[in-house]
Amino acid sequence: MKGLKVIGLVIFILGLLVFTFSMFSSQHELNPSLIKSYVPSESHQAALIKSLGAQSLKSSSNFEFVSQLQALMSQARDNGEKIEPWQEKNYLTALTKASTQGPLYGRSKLALWLSIILAAFGALLSFLPDLKLLPGIKNNGIYHSSATRGLNLYTRYFLLGAVVLTIILYALGQSMLLILSLLVSLGLIAFFVIRSEKNHNGSKARSASVSPIAWIGMITGAYLICFYILLYFFPYYITNWMKMLDPVSQSLSGYPASEWFVYGFLYCVVMVVMGIRMLIKYRHNKYQLLRTLSVIFFQLCFAFLLPEIMLRLNQPYMDFKNAWPLDYDFFTKDELNKLVGQGSEVALAGFTSNIGTMMLIWGIVFALIIVPLLTYFFGKRWYCSWVCGCGGLAETLGDPYRQLSDKSLRAWKIERYVIHGVAVFAILMTGVVLYQYLTGNDQILFLNAYSVKSWYGFMIGAMFSGIVGTGFYPLMGNRMWCRYGCPLTALMGIVQRFKSRFRITTNGGQCISCGNCSTYCEMGIDVRAYAQKGQNIVRASCVGCGICSAVCPRGVLKLENGTVDIGHRTTDLKAIHISENDISLL
Amino acid sequence: MHVVIIGNGISGVTAARNIRKLSDYKITLISSETTYFFSRTALMYIYMGHMRFVDTQPYEPWFWKKNRIDLKKAHVEKIDFSKNQLHFEQGESLQYDKLILALGSTPNKFGWPGQDLKGVGGMYSFQDLEKMEQYSKDLKQAVIVGGGLIGIEMAEMFHSRNIPVTFLVRENSYWDAVLPKEESEMINRHIKANHIDLRLSTELKEIVDDGNGVACAAITNKEERIDCGFVGLTAGVHPNINFLKETQLEIQKGILVNKFLETNIKDVYAIGDCAQITEAQPGRRPIEAVWYTGRMMGETVAYNVCNKKIAYDPGIWFNSAKFFDIEYQVYGTVSAKAPENHLSIYWEHEDGDKSIRIVFNKTNQATIGFNLMGIRFRHEVCEKWIAEKTPIETVLANLSLANFDPEFFTQYEGELVAKYNSKFQKSITLIKKRKWADVFSFLKK
Repeated sequence: MKGLKVIGLVIFILGLLVFTFSMFSSQHELNPSLIKSYVPSESHQAALIKSLGAQSLKSSSNFEFVSQLQALMSQARDNGEKIEPWQEKNYLTALTKASTQGPLYGRSKLALWLSIILAAFGALLSFLPDLKLLPGIKNNGIYHSSATRGLNLYTRYFLLGAVVLTIILYALGQSMLLILSLLVSLGLIAFFVIRSEKNHNGSKARSASVSPIAWIGMITGAYLICFYILLYFFPYYITNWMKMLDPVSQSLSGYPASEWFVYGFLYCVVMVVMGIRMLIKYRHNKYQLLRTLSVIFFQLCFAFLLPEIMLRLNQPYMDFKNAWPLDYDFFTKDELNKLVGQGSEVALAGFTSNIGTMMLIWGIVFALIIVPLLTYFFGKRWYCSWVCGCGGLAETLGDPYRQLSDKSLRAWKIERYVIHGVAVFAILMTGVVLYQYLTGNDQILFLNAYSVKSWYGFMIGAMFSGIVGTGFYPLMGNRMWCRYGCPLTALMGIVQRFKSRFRITTNGGQCISCGNCSTYCEMGIDVRAYAQKGQNIVRASCVGCGICSAVCPRGVLKLENGTVDIGHRTTDLKAIHISENDISLL
Repeated sequence: MHVVIIGNGISGVTAARNIRKLSDYKITLISSETTYFFSRTALMYIYMGHMRFVDTQPYEPWFWKKNRIDLKKAHVEKIDFSKNQLHFEQGESLQYDKLILALGSTPNKFGWPGQDLKGVGGMYSFQDLEKMEQYSKDLKQAVIVGGGLIGIEMAEMFHSRNIPVTFLVRENSYWDAVLPKEESEMINRHIKANHIDLRLSTELKEIVDDGNGVACAAITNKEERIDCGFVGLTAGVHPNINFLKETQLEIQKGILVNKFLETNIKDVYAIGDCAQITEAQPGRRPIEAVWYTGRMMGETVAYNVCNKKIAYDPGIWFNSAKFFDIEYQVYGTVSAKAPENHLSIYWEHEDGDKSIRIVFNKTNQATIGFNLMGIRFRHEVCEKWIAEKTPIETVLANLSLANFDPEFFTQYEGELVAKYNSKFQKSITLIKKRKWADVFSFLKK
């Protein structure tokens, strides 16, 4: 059985290697007719064709081809042509993709089978032996494994700082500074690694001090971070993956695959595969089974299939379960224009409207009425750990890393500032872009609608939710984004904390303070601090994953929705340690 | 006023916290085991890799400073009760005004030949855990002696690292001094299902020295030799009071205390595993070495130290444990060998890994106890039923109120009620009320 696990892992790694290698493995040939069909601006067309000259551009590697194309662009610029950075990004992507037969030198189909499908198969194979274990909590060896044991405090915060700094410097166009910061980073890594190896010995209680460093975790994190950086900033390097998935995309929406289709497809594959792992691991726990099936369902149907089908039917694209302000550009001019008055006409109760406008109304009603209402009834778990896509990835792909969240009081303090800061930023940004949409005025006081929106998209949308949010799973836990960043969860958290029926009930005096609940709380809540006092747990950040209740060895915790005692959910302290009658409390 | 507490386990720490709540006394908490309080019951999870040591510490380091509880890592060698003075191994001494002894336990050894060899150990302290870790490297086989809670935990620990375990249990069935027959047999089956070599009715005769002072085999009373690299001694614990013999302090098995947890010496108290209560409540043992009673004593002693006299009242007995994957909860009195006037109704799941037992009085039908395997019940609800001597049939009808399993879990109360109905020719209907609002209004009644 252990053999099967190893074989599965080897197959998975092979698939992953083929997937990674397929990025580079393509032949490209560019001719003027391609430029004509993929560059919309006629003057850009002419300039590029002029730079290209008589012969066509050929290359046997994606990366080499991109740099040749970039040279072509700068040549065109030198000739006085004005090409904006976003246009250059689009041209590079479109031309790189159009000029090739696809990965593995034109064998796209084979590439798909040998990469994504093979890796998924290998991963599934490696989970199968777990079925032989008796059902129950099996967290054996999590803190002995280099993949899941996490980093110590210094290394964690240093890596986070280095990544964020590097990306911001890149955005500011500081290439020299970028190099410098990378150099400094490397130097500091060495410093901190040495330092942490020295004083790991539990001296910094609670601040994650494990030695040696989780190298496999760090490699996994680096891979994910690189993936997101390519996806957001350099889509032209992953055109082979788009090419590979073109047939899938065509069959769904009728359009070729973009980088976002690649992302959506991989997201689904990862969630299904890791979801199956979750289903095997918690097969004794119905709450976990239903919850996992639910997040997989909402990802596959609502986030992935339905929007693609809407496209095929020539209707606006929308993820119906993605609520503002998580869906941060819902109220931007571009998005509103894609909805208002768009799509087929529908008649409803005497009114004639169209699908796009209906979608807009749904989006507003969903975010402003349905979300708070359901949060009142069930706590924010109905969204965060049953419906949400980010939450779904965290609960499936991220499950092996849930113990890495920081439970210290310090982390909780940081969390409250950061998450509410992001929420304020999101609301502010929405106000500005709505003002722009309604008045047609780009400028409000000193704020420019375009730049506010693009900074939000860059800082929060790309860097926080993607690169840090997912890339740091193996480094800082699986709910980094949900805990520190998500503006929707911040707003729901306020409802949950002050006006909701949801609480985690503590079972009398049965707590033994063992700490399993706190350790496995992905939101970094020190559950034990409440449980050992016999206090019910009402915290803004709780996403109701139910794992604390599952890992509790003494049956102490239960997620409940109660109609009574709302608002007094935590004050009703149970003094059961010694019989209360004997003590005249004050 | 300077209160010194020896021992930073759950009893000592609870005492310190509650004294701080009630007073402004100077508090010093002494331990030679670890600087910070950790949950002893969680030691196994460190070994199994579920948690790190730091994760077993319920309070962060700032907590002690904030609450002005001074921590001192030192070993008390001698106590001079006449001068209110502690003497440490390192030579220093410390003056106290009031002293709380929360010394804990130490594993039992019954004079087995070889019991002090290297590679032989219990599983009580942090040092015991370190020792286990040390001998686990390349360990091919472990032998565990003693069929109690720590024994099965140790078996689970080795099992988590795929180290084969032979588990010697003196009794005919696992923990059958505490668990009724059916529950005990369920755990026997579960131990075997986890590939533990369970040897019932088997005792340790001696541990064999490999010539270098390290254990290499265990020999049973059936003259069987089991080669092994580690022998775990888990045949119970006894109060850790050796260094107090030959002092004015009155001790028997433990330190004798009255119901106010006072020893025979003024301003000296004893709590937790090391305390032996002279006026134990009916049905309770004088020494109860469990987490919960330690915590209650810590709370009680705090009041007494702060001059608010309160008798120790542990209330209705409760306990819990986990046997590999089967959780266990008990509320009230459930005897392994039921007395004449106790009746019980027992239901077991067909898979043999879940059960509910309710014990009641034959004459007045009052509910006495609940025993649960693989099913969670609400502490307060069960306690209230027992305290109010609720008739069994009322309890059965309202049993859904007690269920504490997570949402969507299958409810088995109906099956227990059906069992009762067919056994006693009754027709009780289960009221399917289990929402928090129902529980809340029941508890507030």
